[in-house]
Amino acid sequence: MISFCVNGKRESRSACSVLELLAKKQLAPERVVVELNGAIVKRPQWGETMLREGDTVEIVCFVGGG
Amino acid sequence: MQDNLILGGKAFSSRLLTGTGKFSSPRLIPKILAASGAQMMTVAVRRVNPDKPEEDMLTHIPAGVTILPNTSGARNAQEAVRIARIAREMGCGDFIKIEVITDMKYLLPDGAETLAAAAILAKEGFVVLPYIQPDPVLCRQLEAAGAAAVMPLAAPIGSLRGLRCRDMLEMIIEASSVPVIVDAGIGRPSHAAEAMELGADAVLVNTAISAAEDPVLMSRAFALAVQAGRLGYLAKAGAERPVAVASSPLTGFLGVAHAN
Repeated sequence: MISFCVNGKRESRSACSVLELLAKKQLAPERVVVELNGAIVKRPQWGETMLREGDTVEIVCFVGGG
Repeated sequence: MQDNLILGGKAFSSRLLTGTGKFSSPRLIPKILAASGAQMMTVAVRRVNPDKPEEDMLTHIPAGVTILPNTSGARNAQEAVRIARIAREMGCGDFIKIEVITDMKYLLPDGAETLAAAAILAKEGFVVLPYIQPDPVLCRQLEAAGAAAVMPLAAPIGSLRGLRCRDMLEMIIEASSVPVIVDAGIGRPSHAAEAMELGADAVLVNTAISAAEDPVLMSRAFALAVQAGRLGYLAKAGAERPVAVASSPLTGFLGVAHAN
């Protein structure tokens, strides 16, 4: 198990890639953007980017706004 | 008559931009779009909430609409740049509304930070639309920094108070060589018409539509007001006069004896 922070909340999971994390959270990959430790992870890299102990992940989408 | 608004090399026949915030249901968005005729809609960038999938605005905005993400939540240039880059990564184009706010009572934008962010993002190829206070000097600086348009406020965001900054807006419209989009503070269709009559290139309306009892009907009202104001501007009104000028002939009255 490793522990990392997703959108400000600490989570413990078995090792997984960014793509697997999105699948576990049932998030539509085409409508989110992922930042890992402050840097954007491009979509083609999601499968090969493994999360590590202590990582900070931000998963964002477009919401209503003016 | 072809009268398109050109932004970032794209032609828009509608001069009404609408926001997507604060609607009672996101399912209203397609109806708002149809009634307003808007071709560009703003969105915000936020953390996903897996418990509220309906918040995902891209599931509600119909295809073909130009997405204008804002950088709301940014308190300085660096945060605005970060949000803009994330927004572009979504794959919905290069448009960005820069919004850097540090004044939490009136939600007034920070000009210096906005200018700094505009310079960076324009260099990165964004179509930069900065939300600003109606400051003609800042507008010139933003133009020089590569802004595709300027978006001065008419009154504080969501205040619905109309063109309180009218004189400053006029100065900006007179001097600007990029489109002027009046953003924030417009409360009624007549305010939108007034801005367009002054020569604004477009208006952005959110709260005035979302807070209306019938938002869809209000969208239609704004569409007509923007069109009326634009046509009024293009038609060029006659000059005001201090005294009456009769509209009917002053000759040929009944019951008046002929001179000969």
